[in-house]
Amino acid sequence: MTLRVHLVANRPGLSLDVRFEVPPGVTALFGPSGAGKSTCLAAIAGLLRPDRGTVTLGDDVWLDTARGIAKPIERRGVAFVFQSLALFPHLSGVANVAYGVDPKLSRAARRERALAMMDRMRCAHVAERKPPTFSGGEAQRVALARAFAMGPRLVLLDEPLSALDRGLRADLCADVRDIALTLGIPVVLVTHQPSEVRALADRVLMLRDGRVVGEGGVELVLGPLAPSDDPTSERRFDFADTPLPTSPRFARSG
Amino acid sequence: MDLAPLLLSFQVAAIATLITGALGVCLGAVLANPRVPGRDVLDVLFTAPMVLPPTVLGYYVLVALGRRSTLGQAFESLTGSPIVFTKTGAVVAAVIGGLPLTVKAARAALEGVDRALVLAARTLGAGPLRAFVTIELPLASRGLLAGIMLAFARSLGDFGVTLMVAGDIPGETQTASLAIYDAIQAGREEHALGLVAVLTAFAVVTLYAVNRLTARPAPR
Repeated sequence: MTLRVHLVANRPGLSLDVRFEVPPGVTALFGPSGAGKSTCLAAIAGLLRPDRGTVTLGDDVWLDTARGIAKPIERRGVAFVFQSLALFPHLSGVANVAYGVDPKLSRAARRERALAMMDRMRCAHVAERKPPTFSGGEAQRVALARAFAMGPRLVLLDEPLSALDRGLRADLCADVRDIALTLGIPVVLVTHQPSEVRALADRVLMLRDGRVVGEGGVELVLGPLAPSDDPTSERRFDFADTPLPTSPRFARSG
Repeated sequence: MDLAPLLLSFQVAAIATLITGALGVCLGAVLANPRVPGRDVLDVLFTAPMVLPPTVLGYYVLVALGRRSTLGQAFESLTGSPIVFTKTGAVVAAVIGGLPLTVKAARAALEGVDRALVLAARTLGAGPLRAFVTIELPLASRGLLAGIMLAFARSLGDFGVTLMVAGDIPGETQTASLAIYDAIQAGREEHALGLVAVLTAFAVVTLYAVNRLTARPAPR
């Protein structure tokens, strides 16, 4: 299923007007701070209402301001991994992950599913501990396990790896990409790190000043990876000096 | 020391705290929601009893719930007993004294819960009620409990509104505060000392517990 988004929003410091599609696979929303990346994610999830726009996943209309349609957040099936991770501090790791699992299942079945996803995300060892005791890497893994365990129709990742060091980030990128591809759903990754884009994404949508200014395959937008480049490095991308690839539109690499 | 007024005070305060606890959390949640229109006006309405003179509050209650009022007559026809100048009136007075404390504490505690956690719960499939019960309430529990404890202590010592609404009927509506007043007026200070000591000790212990509860940050 493809996510189709058209958003128009005027906020202090941001005039957003974007139209884009996200096919199954990982698409990076890439751009400098203040480009409108996180605003797009929040509007897709239903956390904020744009002035005008539509959001549809396949045939399912989540938002259509012209027709007065706004599907409640909890009925969209969107797994949102916040930059702050937003783990529930009073619940154990496994209770966090089980929170979004189908409530119609028995308690034991929900716990079992949560533990299986924690195992897959290699964080089952913190199942009985509470988030304040997690390391940065453990917290990231639990947050991602929680997102994937709910059986989402769409995954939104808002700079979820930004706090990790290089080694942990590379490990986690591989796991996230593996699960995302297995699920076969659209995954939107917001980032300003080219290393995250290269490690995770199939496609890139480049945003600047609230507009989509480039889209296509990762290499088309970011340029080929030089032999000396480390794909997990934190080298800053120079948005200002980069010529913008505006063609071909919607070139798909995945 | 005559224990009857003290027991009545604890009984009235306990019933009043059950009411203010439930009502205060609900009203605090409404006031903590930025989408509620006119919430600052509502806040003033619910917390005005903190600053209004007890006689003014008592007057309002007598007008609203007295034997000639619609509500008072409805209550009396249902239960066979009026609200004013009964134990029910004492409970009403205690609720009015305690409610602002629970509303203020609940609003502050709920506003202190990280909004991202609530939104995360919503994206994970929780409706507003489930998110409130499973995320907001537990994370705000220390602040809520502190407000409820303060309301209990406040209800326990109410004087002015209780006197206006419930009277000072020994064995019926004479709470500890009223019994102390009566004893001092009658020159029987020795009868008041025990009650004074108990109420003072309870207030000090409650405040200490509230400070401990609110000093430590909620688990993050």
